[in-house]
Amino acid sequence: MIHFVLLISRQGKVRLTKWYSPYSQKERSKVIRELSGVILTRGPKLCNFVEWRGFKVVYRRYASLYFCMCIDADDNELEVLEIIHHFVEILDRYFGSVCELDLIFNFHKAYYILDEILIAGELQESSKKVVARVIAAQDTLVETAKEQASSLSNMIAQATK
Amino acid sequence: MAGVVPSATAGGSSSNRSASSLVDSLFQPSLDGMIKSLRSAPGGESALIPRFLSEIRREIRSTDNDTKGAALQKLTYLSSIYSIDMAWAAFHALELLPSPNPALKRSAFLAASLCFHPSSTDLLPLATHQLRKDLQSPKFSFSVPALHLLVLSSSSDLALHLSDDLLSLLSSSHTTPHVRRCAAAASLAIIRLVPNYAHGFLPKLIEVLGPSSPLLSAAAGVFCELVSSGDPRAYLPLAPDFHRVLLECRDNWVLIKILKIFARLTPLEPRLSRKLVDPICDLMRRSSAKSLVFECIRTVFFGFPEQEAAVRLAVEKLKEFVAADDDSNLRYLGLQAMTILRKDQSWVVEENREAIVKSLADSDPNIRGEALRLIMSMVFENNIVDISAVLVHYALRSDPEFCNEILEAILFTCGRNFYELVIDFDWYVSLLGEMVRNPHFIKGDEVERQLIDIGLRVKDARLELVRVARDLLIDPALLGNNHLHRVLSAAAWISGEYIKFSKNPLEILEALLQPRISLLPSHVRAVYIQAVFKVMGFCIISYVNVHIASDSSHDVDKNAGSESLDAFEGDTSKPNSPVGLSRMKELLTSKSITYILNLIVTALAPFSECEEVEVQERACNVLGWIHMLDGVEWKTEDGEWSKDSKIMDISKIMAGVFSEELGPVSVNAQKRIPVPEGLELKENLSDLVLILGKDYIPPLPTISISLQKPFHSEDKETELTTESTSLLAEHRKRHGLYYLPTDKGENGSNEYPRANDSTLSVNLDNTEELLKLTDQSLAPRKTKPSKARPTVVKFNEDDDLTTYSRHLKEKKEGLLTGAVRDVLLFGEEKPSSSQKILSEESAEKMVLEISASSIADSLHKEDFAVGEVEHKISNSRKSKHHSHGKERHRHHRKSEDIEDKIHSTTKRGSHHHGRHKHMQKGESRNALLDVAPHTQVVQDLLL
Repeated sequence: MIHFVLLISRQGKVRLTKWYSPYSQKERSKVIRELSGVILTRGPKLCNFVEWRGFKVVYRRYASLYFCMCIDADDNELEVLEIIHHFVEILDRYFGSVCELDLIFNFHKAYYILDEILIAGELQESSKKVVARVIAAQDTLVETAKEQASSLSNMIAQATK
Repeated sequence: MAGVVPSATAGGSSSNRSASSLVDSLFQPSLDGMIKSLRSAPGGESALIPRFLSEIRREIRSTDNDTKGAALQKLTYLSSIYSIDMAWAAFHALELLPSPNPALKRSAFLAASLCFHPSSTDLLPLATHQLRKDLQSPKFSFSVPALHLLVLSSSSDLALHLSDDLLSLLSSSHTTPHVRRCAAAASLAIIRLVPNYAHGFLPKLIEVLGPSSPLLSAAAGVFCELVSSGDPRAYLPLAPDFHRVLLECRDNWVLIKILKIFARLTPLEPRLSRKLVDPICDLMRRSSAKSLVFECIRTVFFGFPEQEAAVRLAVEKLKEFVAADDDSNLRYLGLQAMTILRKDQSWVVEENREAIVKSLADSDPNIRGEALRLIMSMVFENNIVDISAVLVHYALRSDPEFCNEILEAILFTCGRNFYELVIDFDWYVSLLGEMVRNPHFIKGDEVERQLIDIGLRVKDARLELVRVARDLLIDPALLGNNHLHRVLSAAAWISGEYIKFSKNPLEILEALLQPRISLLPSHVRAVYIQAVFKVMGFCIISYVNVHIASDSSHDVDKNAGSESLDAFEGDTSKPNSPVGLSRMKELLTSKSITYILNLIVTALAPFSECEEVEVQERACNVLGWIHMLDGVEWKTEDGEWSKDSKIMDISKIMAGVFSEELGPVSVNAQKRIPVPEGLELKENLSDLVLILGKDYIPPLPTISISLQKPFHSEDKETELTTESTSLLAEHRKRHGLYYLPTDKGENGSNEYPRANDSTLSVNLDNTEELLKLTDQSLAPRKTKPSKARPTVVKFNEDDDLTTYSRHLKEKKEGLLTGAVRDVLLFGEEKPSSSQKILSEESAEKMVLEISASSIADSLHKEDFAVGEVEHKISNSRKSKHHSHGKERHRHHRKSEDIEDKIHSTTKRGSHHHGRHKHMQKGESRNALLDVAPHTQVVQDLLL
């Protein structure tokens, strides 16, 4: 299973963290520090796997962002690389050629998308279309709720004028 | 509606902006504003964060949900990006969970998933009701986040209350596959938390395990996790289902999971492999997905390495991986897969040798590491010389990090199991000497350990050892490298201890006293000074002997005279000694002795005022001896040998000091020593542990090398011992002298006894035993025929330490496995099976009561394993065990800890007997071993 997902920028800034195994806050910071030290220093042509504390960390760099996932030693590294790519493709489709800023300012969206792809550290949905549809449906829900609220407050605003 | 703009004011200035922007300002801008100011902060974010946090703390208490939500979202951002602890906000997240606004609800769930921690959150019970409501909601946007939270918070309390809802979600046909998939994945967490619920969930999961089921991927994922974390045996009945999926499913994600399951099942059920070979080989040939092919390869290697054709095919595929020049991932995985096989099928490695050796030069350190591991797996007795030589040269050209990895691998492989691969120790010793000259070398500790270890264990290697040590000591350049100080310490010790093998003791003395030794740390300098002492002693003794021999040459046989005198000299006349009598005479004239003494005095005089007591004490010892020599008229006026003087007596005493050989000591030697007469074993010593506390570290076990009498028995021991070290060890064992464990080489000063060492006093008291030992040493022994491989002294019991640790590694999976087995083998008879577990438990409790003594023994055995390291603590415990009878009830309480560990596996029916047998075995072994130790273990505590 996937124990955690990390998105780290090339400068070592964390962009997203998701923990599927229980790590305390202290451990989390330590893990992030340790791994960004290991991964960011690796050259471009090297393999995408790092052995770490008996686990394996699979990472892949997209533009300025490193997507890292930590898995058990006997998990399939290539499969996880595909999961990472899957995630990136869905992000790309959702944001329209995603960039780091999209993930910074819409961090909760990135979390929601990740939640549609992974649950309990396992791949939940392997179809990009389905994920896109689910996310779109949620966005519509939020939009309608917003519209309702705004029409309501419009009414209040007008009434109080 | 309370119009509060969160970022600007918390005081409640209502705004008169247009309504739509009001909602926006409540929400997005405040978060965006925070992110923007964090990004543009000139001095870094760390200064701003506390300010934002205090703002958030204020806003989050707001009664307005939007304000609260915005604050929570900001906090979520800070927490996930800057690792800020947000456990304190758990309640606020909880407050927003029931919000009808989907955006707020969703962000509340996100915040909750970040701040609910299974161990720390006591608020979870409050969430139960809301989660249930959301789980039952027909809207997937409510139920899915609830499922995520349920999985992540993973508290058994929640699991207990919500499992029924989860079950109905999983089985209901009204919910969408999307939600059901999440429910299936979530059920894994529930099953793990409450194994008994497996009765409910497993049948449902098995139901959806069909090739066309929309829930197949989730179910396969759950089973894959269950099989790999529990006892795979329980899942064997499902093999036909998995097989069907393997044949019919076309989804690579699912196939990989199924293959993983089979990799675990096949070793348990060999008949499976016949069924699996064809479909798996088919997949390997057909599939273009590397991940699937790789999983097939791994499954073949793990699951059925005996299927020739499948392995062949897998190896073919593997070659493609290893040869993938443009993809380092494939190269890495290819090499890694080979390490699975290496033990029984070395031909795979042999066949790919070229590629592996090539990978040693890869730019990726991970690939190089794998290649190195594989190469070391190819090392056998016949090629170790070549491979090591090649690698040592290769290390010279590699980068520092990998260079040391290589050297470490060589050291480990050659040193494994008492150098079992090394036949030619002369070669190995000189290899060590060569290794340390590598400019990147940092493994000084290990080389130090091995050099001394070989010196102690392998008698035949000592000549070469001394040569290598000389080369190291004599090179002034090495003194400047602080990674080599440990090695030099070993070299100095070897030169001192085995100086009789040296061609030129004067040269070594000069090396040991060169001015640059001031660069050494004090503990190494102390070893150097002690070595100087030994060399000086050797020179004087030899000088005396040479002259006795030459004086008496006209009437008696040369050797007889010299041999009777001392241990060192006895060997110089033997064929294996590099220095003949005549050469020695040439070397050691009264002039050279004077020179030596002057040199030593000049060099060591400053050390007699050294701040380091260790150095100072030893320097003073040496100077004291020289002072004593000065008082003796050992040469006549014309610089010739004066045979009537006291020099003979002095050299005799000196010979006595260093005559006993130091040898390796069994870790179990301690147990064999009987308690000396009159030693009182006080019962209440166990209280001492309480007083001292758990972290008290007993001072003794760090000393590594046995000390019989070098420092305190000059007057008794004058005879030389010529038998091999192994025989000596045998003899020591039989006579049960006092020894300590052999973790030698831990630090430089290990070779010497400490001040106030209790062993010394024990030995001083045991003069009788000492005499007995010397008697035995004199007894004639037959010499061993020379063998190809020199004897390496070792003790069979040395591996005892590792055996017990296996007992302690017990998983808590037993319960789950039991439940799974119930479901799969006996159907769904829930109540009866849980009863069964109960009754099983109670039965086992009875077994426990009955076999309390056996557990006490097994506890005892654990004590021994630990006890080698922590003498003091275990000693007091053992003494408690020793007093049977009234203290028996204490065993019970203690043994319960272990009982938990042992019996959690005993629950697995199939393991029961084996485990029990194991315990009995341990018990009977203990019965044999424990007789002696019981009586003496408290010795070092008292002294």
